[in-house]
Amino acid sequence: MIPELGHFAMLAAFAVAVIQFVVPFAGTWKREPRWMAVGASAAQAQFALILIAYACLTWAFVERDWSVAYVAANAHSQLPLMYRISAVWGAHEGSMLLWMLMLTGWGAAVSVFSRSLPRDVQAQVLAVLGALCIGFLLFMLLTSNPFERHFPVPEDGRDLNPLLQDPGLVVHPPLLYMGYVGFSVAFAFAIAALIGGRMDAAWARWTRPWTTSAWLFLTLGITLGSWWAYHELGWGGWWFWDPVENASFLPWLVGTALIHSLAVSEKRGLLKSWTVLLAILAFALSLLGTFLVRSGILVSVHAFATDPARGVFILAFLGIVLGIAFSLYAWRAHRFVADGEFALLSREGLLLLNNVFLVIAAAAVLIGTLYPLIVDALGLGKISVGPPYFNAVFLPLTAPLAVLIGLASVIGWKRAGRSEVLRRLRWPAVLAVVGGLALPWLVEQKLLLVAAAGGMLALWAMLMALEEPWRRWRARGAAGLTQMPRGIWGMTLAHFGIGLWVLGVTFVSLYSIERDVRLGPGQSTDLADYRFELLRVEPFSGPNYDADRAVVEITRDGRHIAELYPEKRLYRAQGSVMTDAAVEHSPLRDLYVALAEPLDNGEWAMRVYVKPMMRLVWLGGVLMALGGVLAASDRRYRLARMLRESATVPGGATA
Amino acid sequence: MRLRFLLPAAVLVVLIVLFAFGLQHDPREVPSPLIGKPAPDFALRVVGEDTPFSRDDLLGRPLLVNFWASWCLACRVEHPLLMELARQGVEIVGIDYKDTDADGLRWLERHGNPYRHIVADERGSAGLDWGVYGVPETFVLDANGTIVHKHIGPIDEQAWRRTIQPLLTTAPARAATETR
Repeated sequence: MIPELGHFAMLAAFAVAVIQFVVPFAGTWKREPRWMAVGASAAQAQFALILIAYACLTWAFVERDWSVAYVAANAHSQLPLMYRISAVWGAHEGSMLLWMLMLTGWGAAVSVFSRSLPRDVQAQVLAVLGALCIGFLLFMLLTSNPFERHFPVPEDGRDLNPLLQDPGLVVHPPLLYMGYVGFSVAFAFAIAALIGGRMDAAWARWTRPWTTSAWLFLTLGITLGSWWAYHELGWGGWWFWDPVENASFLPWLVGTALIHSLAVSEKRGLLKSWTVLLAILAFALSLLGTFLVRSGILVSVHAFATDPARGVFILAFLGIVLGIAFSLYAWRAHRFVADGEFALLSREGLLLLNNVFLVIAAAAVLIGTLYPLIVDALGLGKISVGPPYFNAVFLPLTAPLAVLIGLASVIGWKRAGRSEVLRRLRWPAVLAVVGGLALPWLVEQKLLLVAAAGGMLALWAMLMALEEPWRRWRARGAAGLTQMPRGIWGMTLAHFGIGLWVLGVTFVSLYSIERDVRLGPGQSTDLADYRFELLRVEPFSGPNYDADRAVVEITRDGRHIAELYPEKRLYRAQGSVMTDAAVEHSPLRDLYVALAEPLDNGEWAMRVYVKPMMRLVWLGGVLMALGGVLAASDRRYRLARMLRESATVPGGATA
Repeated sequence: MRLRFLLPAAVLVVLIVLFAFGLQHDPREVPSPLIGKPAPDFALRVVGEDTPFSRDDLLGRPLLVNFWASWCLACRVEHPLLMELARQGVEIVGIDYKDTDADGLRWLERHGNPYRHIVADERGSAGLDWGVYGVPETFVLDANGTIVHKHIGPIDEQAWRRTIQPLLTTAPARAATETR
């Protein structure tokens, strides 16, 4: 009964989505406030219905209802409860349901938090979101129903893909989807602006917190995905330029550009049509990512079971949604004229440059990702594009971005005085150069020019991120810091995070060392200053897998550093073999051990790595996301609402 | 309406055409020029023995030729399925590719032997003629020794049920019509 209830809730949600799309739109057409108001209640009702459907599917997993085909395909009686709950999004159908849950969740959030918007704008935004829901629900109901029953009922499930049985992967997809789907709000705002022909500072101010929220989830999701790949795939890499990774990175790059161009549109009334285009593009690239992952047109490690019917549906959906969006853009965007003039040496000038670099980087990644497909389509054969291309193209594009970041706080809006700017960045620049040269020497005792350059850029970004709080502290002491708006704190933190990230990437790519060794119990190998000794390999049984678990002791000059337990697991239900690497980490270095293959007489082929500053790559990502949290919660976004509320409640709190 | 505002829409159209093409092609499929042709000749021997084994030993019934090696990780992934197929009576000839007899036999001893015949291709010469560029690869042969299908990478349930099994069962019929 419960799965049928879930299916029914999805059908009902579809009906509500149609209402959410049609009625508010008609309301703005006819200027009928009551019709416009339907949007908010419909968005909330739809969220409730999808929540019910989602709960039903979770229930089927928790109760091990093997009669539901999707449950039987992605769980097993011995699968631990945590993974049975996360298995809901372990494959295509359920992950679409999670996607819907988030899409309707964002819609409900808009209906609650955007009450201060003009009625017609809110109605249009919710109607656009409703239209998107119609498409995705139709997709699920027609091609990917997670509640489908399957007879005869199998005795046991086929188990969740072992790759997904990892705490990192439990949270990675939901965060990523929150990001992808979150850009739908900015998209809906952009469409509303195009329909209404209005795009002013208020519009940018409404859109900013939504964009930043979506972006911060995407940032966390990508960071976590990289962390997971590092731990679970067993070859020490943290980014592979896999098509599906790129699919998440593309909206991130464009989303980052959007956050910055929104600032220009709000503060200076410039770059308006560009901002609207970016808002459409960020979501377009999210849709593209979905399409690439679920249609199987590119070779990737993230293969969802593919089905041509699904690919055709998503492609058609993509074509309709983006076709309408870009047509509206072509028709209306010329109306958005700039309100001011443009000087290159000004904050808006820098942000324009930032946008240029980010968008070119995104284009380069997109071309690299689609290139195999293009070559195949032109009949020129089969090729694949790997890390050498992406590194060669991407790194030169990010270096200028790191330089620009440093200038963010010292160059003001409109027109900055050259001498004032130079005075402010003089000392940080000197420090960055000296520090950048010193760092490789201090940490690795080996100076590489590229490392010094990376170190300089990183220190420059970090020092300059701290410039604004430092200046405020110098001027007004602690009060200067406590009164610093959250938006500025967010920028500081995110830019500092980028600096850390650059530092981590530089050092880990240039100074990592690795070795493939053959070790028997009691034997050891030396790598850098560390000695890795294989003490023993013992059998180990997890809930649904059997493993060979090695005990490896790491010492440095005879001093005990850590004991690691890398495993080679055999998952019983699917008979698949997985590597579970073990890592000992500190901010300065990771020590990484993975079991490769058993050899003769108890010996094992093993991989050991020493990776300096690996943690900084993820720490940087987390700081960026935290910066996003602060920026999105800046009180000036809430100010309008508070003002309105205090006006309607007599004697209410003063804003 | 100025033209530059039309640019995004134009890019979209190009991309959609590209994707529509992509949907009709499987990127994993690397076309083999050998499909529909007789399997290349070879003169090898059985692993651990001096018994010769050649193309003629593959004739007379449809079967699978599986290139594998003890050093190949992905071969362990498809191994349980091969064992299951062998239990169902599917004839699989294993060609031990660029491997030593001792390593190959020890591997089979440890994991089980799904092969009716195990053939040694120590230097990879047969693999070269057959166009193998990474183990495991599996060829479906009909009774005439014609290659009907080539599967690259580990075989999974889906590939077996959707593609290989139907080919194996229709292969003798096709062979019969061709000889007629």
